[in-house]
Amino acid sequence: MTFADTEIAPPEPPRYVMFWRRYKRNRAALLGLVLFAIVILMALSAGIVDPGDPLRRAGEPLTPPFINWETPLGTDQLGRDVLSGVLYGARISLMIGVVATLVAIAIGVVIGALAGYFGGWVDDVLMRITEAFQTIPNFVLLLALVAIMGSKIEWITLAIGIVSWTAPARMVRAEFMSLRGREFVDAARNLGVSNTAIIFREILPNALPPIVVYASVIMALSILMESALAFLALGDPNYASWGNMIGQGRAVLRTAPYCAVIPGIAIVLTVLSFSLLGEGLNDALNPRQKK
Amino acid sequence: MTLHMPPILAYALRRFAQAIPVIILIMIGTFLLLKLAPGDTIDALVGDMGGADAAFIDRLRAEYGLDQPVWVQLWRYMVKLASFDFGWSFVYEQPVSTVLMERLGTTLLLMATSLSIAFTAGIALGAIAARRAYSLTDNLISVLGLVFYATPSFFLSLMLMLVFSVKLGWLPVGGIKTIAAFYTGWDHVWDVVRHLIMPTAALSLIYLAFYLRLMRASVMEVADLDYVRTARAKGAGEGRLMIHHIMRNALLPVVTLLGLQFSTVLGGSIVVETIFSLPGLGQLAYKSVVQRDLNTLMGIIFLCAIIVVVVNFLTDLLYARLDSRIELK
Repeated sequence: MTFADTEIAPPEPPRYVMFWRRYKRNRAALLGLVLFAIVILMALSAGIVDPGDPLRRAGEPLTPPFINWETPLGTDQLGRDVLSGVLYGARISLMIGVVATLVAIAIGVVIGALAGYFGGWVDDVLMRITEAFQTIPNFVLLLALVAIMGSKIEWITLAIGIVSWTAPARMVRAEFMSLRGREFVDAARNLGVSNTAIIFREILPNALPPIVVYASVIMALSILMESALAFLALGDPNYASWGNMIGQGRAVLRTAPYCAVIPGIAIVLTVLSFSLLGEGLNDALNPRQKK
Repeated sequence: MTLHMPPILAYALRRFAQAIPVIILIMIGTFLLLKLAPGDTIDALVGDMGGADAAFIDRLRAEYGLDQPVWVQLWRYMVKLASFDFGWSFVYEQPVSTVLMERLGTTLLLMATSLSIAFTAGIALGAIAARRAYSLTDNLISVLGLVFYATPSFFLSLMLMLVFSVKLGWLPVGGIKTIAAFYTGWDHVWDVVRHLIMPTAALSLIYLAFYLRLMRASVMEVADLDYVRTARAKGAGEGRLMIHHIMRNALLPVVTLLGLQFSTVLGGSIVVETIFSLPGLGQLAYKSVVQRDLNTLMGIIFLCAIIVVVVNFLTDLLYARLDSRIELK
């Protein structure tokens, strides 16, 4: 920071500065950010730190951690490197988490926006569909979709998105219902702006903050769902996944518990980082919510 | 309407009418899923018989109504579902409804115990944390809540198994009862309880975390209200204040969450039942995916949906009972 910067303080700091100030007030949220950065680093370093296919044999089976520096976190019963699996698993978990969240938010925004903006019978029909999706237990529906579409990673990601859009749809609908009667919407309508433009250009930006916060929850839930699927051996067998590693570690739980414990800790820390991140975002984006 | 009936009954009827379109949509949904799936009932039948000639297959299709237009098939399917006829399970060689009913009890027992433990403990811990807000106790409880929230139930199950079955040898690893023991009376009850301790813990801790966090926020909000200050000024003790004044209002959002989450708990029981090999609906759902027994899977979806609708209805009634400001109109 230069001298001039400290002398002439701008009367209103830019938005991202305010955002960061509010965010860092929450210590737990900072911890979440650090954990999140670590997970991203893990995903990026897969293949660099630990070259080689995580599904291929890397050493003697069931080498405990910290014995052989070729495989720092040990190997599983097929001799696969646990560290490599954890790093590649981070990549897959994040990718599935991000894409499934985008799918869920996209469906949720469209359905919620239409229901909230138009109201009437459109709202009735869309809300009954939302209720139907909410009534079927998420994971049961996910299993059914996977059973029908197969275990390819693209389908699994899509299926996770399909089972998680209901909560964002309800949030978007509530926001739209409270915003659609406001002056700026009336003004836009009187100027002859089309419904599509009002929905996406005028109302949606105002409705976004709570959705961004909720996205972190969906992200965490998607990662949990994917790992549960993989744990049950219903995931895509061509990719290393934390859930799958834990599922396989179950067979050697008695002799080599580290095979299940290490990827388990990775899941816990990742999900923890998302929920802390969500709390921080909530403080930063909805400052008026807390007294 | 001029017909006079007690408000609670009118409310119940109205809620029932609201649930009907949802149930119909779910029926259509399961039908579509069955249609999307590769292969139909006849393929399964013929596969079971070890093959048949084309003319015979066509005759079977006609007999099962599969040569009819989709609308007719959908209508027949819905009529069958409405009478709880879920079709035939080619894996269990029994009607699906029989298979489901055999397993419903275990799942309901697991869910009832898990949810009541999560609810009671979550409320108690949340209330304690809120009354000692920002103290060491509060921080400890909140951290615990966050960790429970982030731990997937299958990982928690394995860790419980590792500690209590493998290392300490206190609890059985799986099943609902000791098969060869033939316990009766209280011995049998105790045996089942011992088998259910770990699955219940694994299923309840994550929900405990939800209730804890919500209850903490809710109690803190209610404790600031004027009527609580009045009660305190009157000289009500902390305990009385909590139980008689704060609790009832603070419980409202938690009860809502209880109803909303019921379907998630049903989903969570799939993993837990599979790990602990409990013969319930969840394990059945997993097995039917692996064995491609789609009739059973759709039966489970439909049954779960019915259970969720009933539970939501009950929580709504409970909600109205707790909050007398809500009118049953």
